[in-house]
Amino acid sequence: MKVSLSWLKDYISLEMEPSDLAEALTMAGLEVEAVSDRYSYLDTVLVGKIVKIAPHPNADKLKLCDVDVGNRMVSVVCGAPNIKKNMFVPAALPGTVYPDGSVLSETLIRGVTSEAMLCSEAELGLGTDSSGVMTVNSSGAIGEKIAKALNLSDTVIEIDLTPNRPDCLSILGIAREVNAIQKNGITFPDADLPDANGDILSLASVTIEAPDHCPRYAARVVEDITVAPSPFWLQDRLMSVGLRPINNIVDVTNFVMMETGQPLHAFDFDQLEENRIVVRTAQKGEIFVTLDKKERKLTQDMLMICDGKKPVAIGGVMGGLNSEISENTKRVLIESAYFNPVSIRKTAKKLGLGSDASHRFERGVDLDGTVNALNRAAQLIAKIGKGKLVEGVIDENPEQYQPKQILLSVKDTNRLLGTQLVSNEIEDLLTSIDFAVESDRAKGGDGHLVVVPPSFRVDVTRPEDLMEEVARLSGYNNIPTTFPNIPAERGRLSKTLDTREDIRLAMTGFGFAEAINYVFTDDSSCDRLGFDQNDPRRSLLYILNPLTEEQSVMRTSLLPGLLETARRNMAQQIKDLKLFEIGKVFIHSEKDRLPDEKEMLAGIWTGRRLDASWHSSEEGCDFYDIKGVAEELLNYLKISEVVFTRISGKSPTYIRKGYSADVLVDGTILGVVGELSPETLLSYGIKQASYFFELNLSQLMPIIPELKQVKPIPKYPAIARDITVIIDKKIESEKVLLHIKQFNEEFMERVYLFDIFEGGSISENKKSVSFRVIYRSLSETLEDDKINKIHQSIAGRLLDAFDAELPE
Amino acid sequence: MGKSIEQIESEALKALEAVSDLENVELLSTKYLGRKGEVTSFLRSLSKLPQEKRAEAGKKANQIKKTLEAAFNEAIEKFEAATSQTGDEIDVSLPGRPVPRGTLHPVTRITNQICEIFTRLGFDIAEGPEVETDYYNFEALNFPKEHPARDMQDTFFVSDNIVLRTHTSPLQVRVMEKQSPPVRIVAPGKVFRCDSDITHTPMFHQVEGLMVDEGVSFGDLKGILTTFIHQIFDDEISLRFRPSFFPFTEPSAEVDILCVICRGKGCRVCSKTGWLEILGSGMVHPAVFENVNYDTPKYTGFAFGMGVERIAMLKYGIDDLRIFFNNDVRFLRQF
Repeated sequence: MKVSLSWLKDYISLEMEPSDLAEALTMAGLEVEAVSDRYSYLDTVLVGKIVKIAPHPNADKLKLCDVDVGNRMVSVVCGAPNIKKNMFVPAALPGTVYPDGSVLSETLIRGVTSEAMLCSEAELGLGTDSSGVMTVNSSGAIGEKIAKALNLSDTVIEIDLTPNRPDCLSILGIAREVNAIQKNGITFPDADLPDANGDILSLASVTIEAPDHCPRYAARVVEDITVAPSPFWLQDRLMSVGLRPINNIVDVTNFVMMETGQPLHAFDFDQLEENRIVVRTAQKGEIFVTLDKKERKLTQDMLMICDGKKPVAIGGVMGGLNSEISENTKRVLIESAYFNPVSIRKTAKKLGLGSDASHRFERGVDLDGTVNALNRAAQLIAKIGKGKLVEGVIDENPEQYQPKQILLSVKDTNRLLGTQLVSNEIEDLLTSIDFAVESDRAKGGDGHLVVVPPSFRVDVTRPEDLMEEVARLSGYNNIPTTFPNIPAERGRLSKTLDTREDIRLAMTGFGFAEAINYVFTDDSSCDRLGFDQNDPRRSLLYILNPLTEEQSVMRTSLLPGLLETARRNMAQQIKDLKLFEIGKVFIHSEKDRLPDEKEMLAGIWTGRRLDASWHSSEEGCDFYDIKGVAEELLNYLKISEVVFTRISGKSPTYIRKGYSADVLVDGTILGVVGELSPETLLSYGIKQASYFFELNLSQLMPIIPELKQVKPIPKYPAIARDITVIIDKKIESEKVLLHIKQFNEEFMERVYLFDIFEGGSISENKKSVSFRVIYRSLSETLEDDKINKIHQSIAGRLLDAFDAELPE
Repeated sequence: MGKSIEQIESEALKALEAVSDLENVELLSTKYLGRKGEVTSFLRSLSKLPQEKRAEAGKKANQIKKTLEAAFNEAIEKFEAATSQTGDEIDVSLPGRPVPRGTLHPVTRITNQICEIFTRLGFDIAEGPEVETDYYNFEALNFPKEHPARDMQDTFFVSDNIVLRTHTSPLQVRVMEKQSPPVRIVAPGKVFRCDSDITHTPMFHQVEGLMVDEGVSFGDLKGILTTFIHQIFDDEISLRFRPSFFPFTEPSAEVDILCVICRGKGCRVCSKTGWLEILGSGMVHPAVFENVNYDTPKYTGFAFGMGVERIAMLKYGIDDLRIFFNNDVRFLRQF
């Protein structure tokens, strides 16, 4: 909402500097976004003196002028009839933005460059005369900015109004707020109607067939008008708040809307068939052409203003081309109505058609102000359009305005705000913004205040609304800052949050940087990752109104985001990446149901194993690097009995076959670790081997054990014994390891694989695997003999189980 | 009886002369003076002597023990000094072996800082779904259908009734439905708005807060949020509470801090106002309490919400919001 201070001063005497006013309004809840000089658009228009006029070499009607603009002479091509030598004129320099939005640039006119432009009043938005170059009545001010030379000054403040304050969508509304601050009174505009003749009731009628959509509709008629451009003062007012003048009739309706907040519409009365207005909802499939010459397809819940035969306006949104005010209009019917906010909002949204009018109606206009605004418009149209007012007003008002009475407890107010205001103070604050306040004590009450808000304050309906007014008017910064009583207990993190932080700590410890990607992705990512048709990750949740195609579905895996991130980094020549992300994926269930949200952890490692330095080689990372990360993470989370098995059966194509493993705990797959397939990588423009893991944290979190009791540190030494067997190459080493563990022999503390060997003396299809078993007793130093027996028995059983051989 | 104490002494001194490094000095020291060393054993054996001889022999042995201790210490010092003076040296200017640590995303860091401040103040942490029903995202928060207040938040729709949450405020309702007062929670998380330019990304992060109890006042809101802002920025920072509007709070307040860039003089970052909006807040609207069946006159409360990226931008001097989700490691590694 733009407010011109010179307009505002029509109703109040402003006692503050613009910057102080802006501050005061902001602190009263009307946030001032910008304070600007209304005439700053004229900063590049200077007072120039025409020092020489010569004919244009290539055009008879044009002249070449040398114009002195102070520090230099500019050469200007000009076709205005009124230019004379030694005339003082406004010279616009290139870059000037005219009120109509066009931008001046240095141009070639018939082969001659014009370095500036001499402007008319109308071009500069300083008057209506467009017949010739404006004459500046100034002598000693060559080169001065035109606004200064003409003594033009106005400040425009722009207010970012919250949707609860439609009453402030008008200059008078702002004046009321300023008055609450200054308390020096408002001068309301003259409401006297001119003499009227005839009787509107014999001329026109209004029927409301849809009272739910239109609780009030008032109209007046003005005859014998002359449609013409508005006088400059009216154009100037509209331009000062960013509206474009059209003609005197339309300009008055816009002026009154800006003044009072009540949107109005003027119909060409002679275009209204049967001279009547019918307010009804649209018929199914009805087509209507609005003022902007666009065809609109209507639906049955849209409110239409019709004449005896056809629609003439979309109620509260936009008028129709068929009843528009034209040069030939002689009689106008002025509409001032109250339309149902929800109805207007639905219609404007459906049609994608917002207007200054719909903006106000959908927030709620003053149900009691309908006729006042109508009268103001009628008065101005009669005056400016030189017409005759028809006697009488039509005011169809099926839903009358009922003042609301709100009971306000002083005690509750102080309790909510933390203040110690007394009844009189509250009363003073509320009356400063036109609320009627009475104490119920006179009527035997207990000191509650009976408050009646003014009709334009549609947002005030309950005691808390009044408390808010009290708070903002007394000033938030004057309310004492206090501290609530909070028991001395620290807040808690949930186990989930704790664990998530632990995981982040671990991952950063492993050298991974945390990434956060958008949760939306491209729906082609399923194909790029090659999910099977039955894969739940193909159950995509689509966004109905995405910003771009690339952000049109919710992710079902963290990998596409990480791959995109990798691609972007590689495009910046960063090839060594260790990244992780924790976030949700979304599996669609059914329409109108919330999706299944699962929290996932994914990591990606590509490029060098170690940071580039003089210590390390260029060696790239591999499967065992990423697996090590996954293993250590799970180990850190105290999840035991994790099994990594080669992915069997059909797997999504993003996984490189034979180089990836399912991560199982207790037989359930909780994730995957492995190498990304070259096809998938290429589809993201990545040309180097990359390794990943993705774990389902939603499944993992519940099985993370609570901190267990520590085991005592062993007192007796351990004995290590190795065992090497030659087995079929295809047997997964982990199987052998698990087999040994599962013997669960006494004193067996730990088993691990320490060597694998293929080739040499080992026959093809075989491999040699070596395990080290650590034995220890908690109660004694073990004797070699005892352990040798156990160890030999393990070895023996292993040979049988895997059809293995001992090395030679 | 074995060797005499004098024999032990001369043997020990002889051996000491022969050793050439620190480790062997220490071994010798253990051999003679350790818990099971020869001198120690000798001293222990004195108890077997008849009473009258014990005193003199003990005195003598202890003297020798001291002599040996001194000799060993001298040798240790000598070797230590020698070691540190050898000509061997390495190029200490060469960089150490890299042990790269990863970094937390700045959004995570700031979220954690915010939550940490509030948990210290006795708030618990709550989380909820990122895809929400219209009810939790809007209606229960007093945004009726077709209300212009819904325009304040450009919404991504999944269906007529399912949206990507536009704020973390649904957590207020979800928590109050499950828990009776007193309630003190903060709820961090991702939120989504259908908007994208240098100051808007379609996804960003918020932290929501809610405190409900008997007699919680607007003054308390000011107290808690002032404490918070002083802790997250610094104790000296000026702030102001400014009336605003949110459907689910009343009175509503935006909290501004004095621009950290220009200190109130007015600059590009604060749009020449000298102030920066940092969070939205207000007293919980009675309509919201009614939706969760709280006893409205008895309980009052305040709620607040803030953008994590906004705070991160101010704290770290970041001027383009989009950089948070580009995940350029040259950015990420700075945290």
